[in-house]
Amino acid sequence: MSSNVITAAVGQTEARPWVDELHQWLATVDHKRLGILYIGSALLFLAVGGVEALIIRIQLMHSHNNFVSPQVFNQMFTMHGTTMIFFVAMPILFGFANYLVPLMIGARDMAFPRLNAFSFWLSFLGGLLLYFSFLGGSGLYGAGSAPDVGWWSYAPLGARAFSPGHSSDYWTLALLVSGFGSIGTAINIIATILCLRCPGMKLNRMPLLVWMNLVMAGMVLLAITPLSAAQIMLLIDRYLGGHFFDTQAGGSAVLWMHFFWIFGHPEVYVLIIPCFAFMSEIIPVFSRKPIFGYPVMVAATVCIAFVSMSVWAHHMFTIGMNSYANSFFTLTTMVVGIPTGIKIFNWIGTIWGGKIQFKTPMLFSIGFLFQFLIAGLTGIMMAASPFDWQLSLSYFVVAHFHYVIVGGILFALFAAFYYWYPKMTGRMLSEHLGKWHFWLFLIGFHLTFDVMHVPGILGMPRRIYTYEPGRGWDTLNFIVSIGAFIQALAILVFLANLIISYFTGVRAGNDPWDAWTLEWSTSSPPPAYNFATVPTVASRRPLWDLKHPEDPDSRYE
Amino acid sequence: MSMVKKKFSTRRSVARTILLLAWSDIAAWASEPKPSSHGTNIFSPASTPAQSIADLSVFVLAITGIIFVVVFALLAYSVVRFRGRAKDANREPAQVYGSTQIELAWTIIPILIVVVLFLATARVIHAIQDTPEPAGAVDVTVIGHQYWWEFRYPKLGIVTANELHIPVSDPGHPTPTFLQLFSADTDHSFWVPELAGKTDLIPNHPNRMWMDPQRTGVFVGQCAQYCGTQHAKMLLRVSVDEPEEFAAWVQTQQKHAIEDAGAIAGRRVFERNACMNCHQVGGTQADGRFGPDLTHLMSRATIAAGAAQNTRENLRLWIQNPSALKPGSLMPAMKLSDADLDAVVNYMESLH
Repeated sequence: MSSNVITAAVGQTEARPWVDELHQWLATVDHKRLGILYIGSALLFLAVGGVEALIIRIQLMHSHNNFVSPQVFNQMFTMHGTTMIFFVAMPILFGFANYLVPLMIGARDMAFPRLNAFSFWLSFLGGLLLYFSFLGGSGLYGAGSAPDVGWWSYAPLGARAFSPGHSSDYWTLALLVSGFGSIGTAINIIATILCLRCPGMKLNRMPLLVWMNLVMAGMVLLAITPLSAAQIMLLIDRYLGGHFFDTQAGGSAVLWMHFFWIFGHPEVYVLIIPCFAFMSEIIPVFSRKPIFGYPVMVAATVCIAFVSMSVWAHHMFTIGMNSYANSFFTLTTMVVGIPTGIKIFNWIGTIWGGKIQFKTPMLFSIGFLFQFLIAGLTGIMMAASPFDWQLSLSYFVVAHFHYVIVGGILFALFAAFYYWYPKMTGRMLSEHLGKWHFWLFLIGFHLTFDVMHVPGILGMPRRIYTYEPGRGWDTLNFIVSIGAFIQALAILVFLANLIISYFTGVRAGNDPWDAWTLEWSTSSPPPAYNFATVPTVASRRPLWDLKHPEDPDSRYE
Repeated sequence: MSMVKKKFSTRRSVARTILLLAWSDIAAWASEPKPSSHGTNIFSPASTPAQSIADLSVFVLAITGIIFVVVFALLAYSVVRFRGRAKDANREPAQVYGSTQIELAWTIIPILIVVVLFLATARVIHAIQDTPEPAGAVDVTVIGHQYWWEFRYPKLGIVTANELHIPVSDPGHPTPTFLQLFSADTDHSFWVPELAGKTDLIPNHPNRMWMDPQRTGVFVGQCAQYCGTQHAKMLLRVSVDEPEEFAAWVQTQQKHAIEDAGAIAGRRVFERNACMNCHQVGGTQADGRFGPDLTHLMSRATIAAGAAQNTRENLRLWIQNPSALKPGSLMPAMKLSDADLDAVVNYMESLH
């Protein structure tokens, strides 16, 4: 079988001094190295954001707790949200896109390698700027302070009257700078996919991962630009005497909300669509069947992209829009559930009649399916705007979006790690540690986020550093906090697995999962040029065709 | 064997303890005999808007619950049924690429569900938002401040803070309360879960909401939109009174502050210091607007927007060092001498 696989000559690696090696990483324009840099820096920020989450959870373990001051608590949830969205989720997904898209379309690199490096370093610099606020927030003469305005920085809380000093400037600049990086990467992904596909790879033969990243990149262009515009307007307000959002001078707080959420909601899909992409590659391979309904999956993705551009104000049901606006955004939000539901059904259709191999990537994928189902249904509840008048701004919402981001996105990312780590490093991740990681994380996740819905229903608002006893929130919050620690333990197992397996893991070979897309046709890790000869494809599963010459896909497409 | 058993039973007892803990908590708030004090459960509504939201919520929960059961069962079944078996590991299953009929079916069914859900929701949106204000309604202007609530009754000429009094509404002769919502600084949100859904208070963006509570007692809630350092202790109490009680309360509140000769020393301290720059006491020179109106402070059960009970000790501590009760509060520590402090507290206690 392996003789059928296109193998590239493995370049001789010589021992280089570490300075050379470091220089190679810092100055690299190779999409694979940049992908790993994205992923590595995101893991760093994941650890930091995770510690912030634990501080939040310790503070909320029981009523009237004094673990941290209200000021510190407010900084923690601001930094936790900003870090996790902008400096963990987006970079890590860009990292996988960077690494995988050129390999999957048979290209030798991204379309603009130097823009690629520039974008990564901009994003990373943005993260450093955000954290520099701990030192420079008050202007370097004091101890400094991180922003404490929440990750939406609602006007006028972000105005100078309510947020003096520089702490929210660092927030603004961090988002602006990393936003430019995101736009650069999005342009790069689009150009790469449209221009660099190998011979035979028509649009309708692209792996779904490539399709979905194309859609994601398009959404980044549409979503990040209004955010960047709003950040510039905020800077004008704060330093050049503008009054866009300065309510004290007649500015509009609601305008900021619109700007933020017309970024903020598509952003959710920017994050989840690449995860749909992972699922659409991993579930078929471990079910040993092609994806069920490829054209519908593509159509559903494009449909989600369009509809999700018109749902942003469901984050604003409580701000007093009129009944027509509330009805409109209720409708669009419910409509976006239809293509999303279709995807879940198509994944089940893929599993149906297959032969499931319960390797760690598949375990995380199944976890994703169950949890994303629940996250979608609680989303439908909040789409019904009157229901949302109760649930919005409560812990129910916090539970809902963590169900999406942790139960959905993070589970999909773990699946992707276990699936593509062998390609990136040449070594398998330990299945043994992988199962520990999966089960611990699953238990911790459900303990935390299933239970977290309940205090929301019992009237507990989000972003409060403490609460009154006797509301029935104590025990629930205690359980939620315990779950958070179990998740932290699982993450430690995961990080240990990443490190230990790098040195002692089983050698992966080119194609450890018996998969079907082009990245598995080259060596692990791939050489700098990816493919010795540019491949030619005749179907959506080029490696299936090679492995089954008697029954190739190309016969049916 | 016995060790395994023992391990197992410890695990069970841990599980039982957790369950018991959770249960005792639930039982505590279910059975606590508090006839006049209500909780914050969105599923025990006491007013029409909260009731129609709860009804819609149950309907939406039922539909999403059915979807959950069906899809969950389908997924669980396919994961268990189609697990790979060792004996035929080398054979690939039949390669199926899709099915137009099935995919069409699972597109159309969700569309129908969305239509039903949307129509049910739109009805409730309209019913709550577009209700005209009846003639007998009570009007209240609510102004959100950083970490406290200002309540003004324009038709009754009353100004008070943090504890809203409204009359109970008899469904036969409804006397609903309509709130106009404003903010003096940042965004806030008025949320008393058992009376109505929340509505934000946004500067330069007046909002409106209403409620017609059908049970008396104190309903609690709090600011739901993050508004700054002390967002957590911006609590809300709504006292739903019998019509006679409400009328009596209105009469008291409309009067100027009682002049108590015994508290004259404290009043002097109050008026000599910065207190009067921020606080109003009706009928005196103190007419500040930054802080809560203190004319009838003693008619309120709590101070500092619900952060503490209205007792002599708490008042004293609050005036001496507000950060002790509510760090980040905008009230400054007045640094009064002990004698002055006691005098001011005496004065506060005279403001019935």
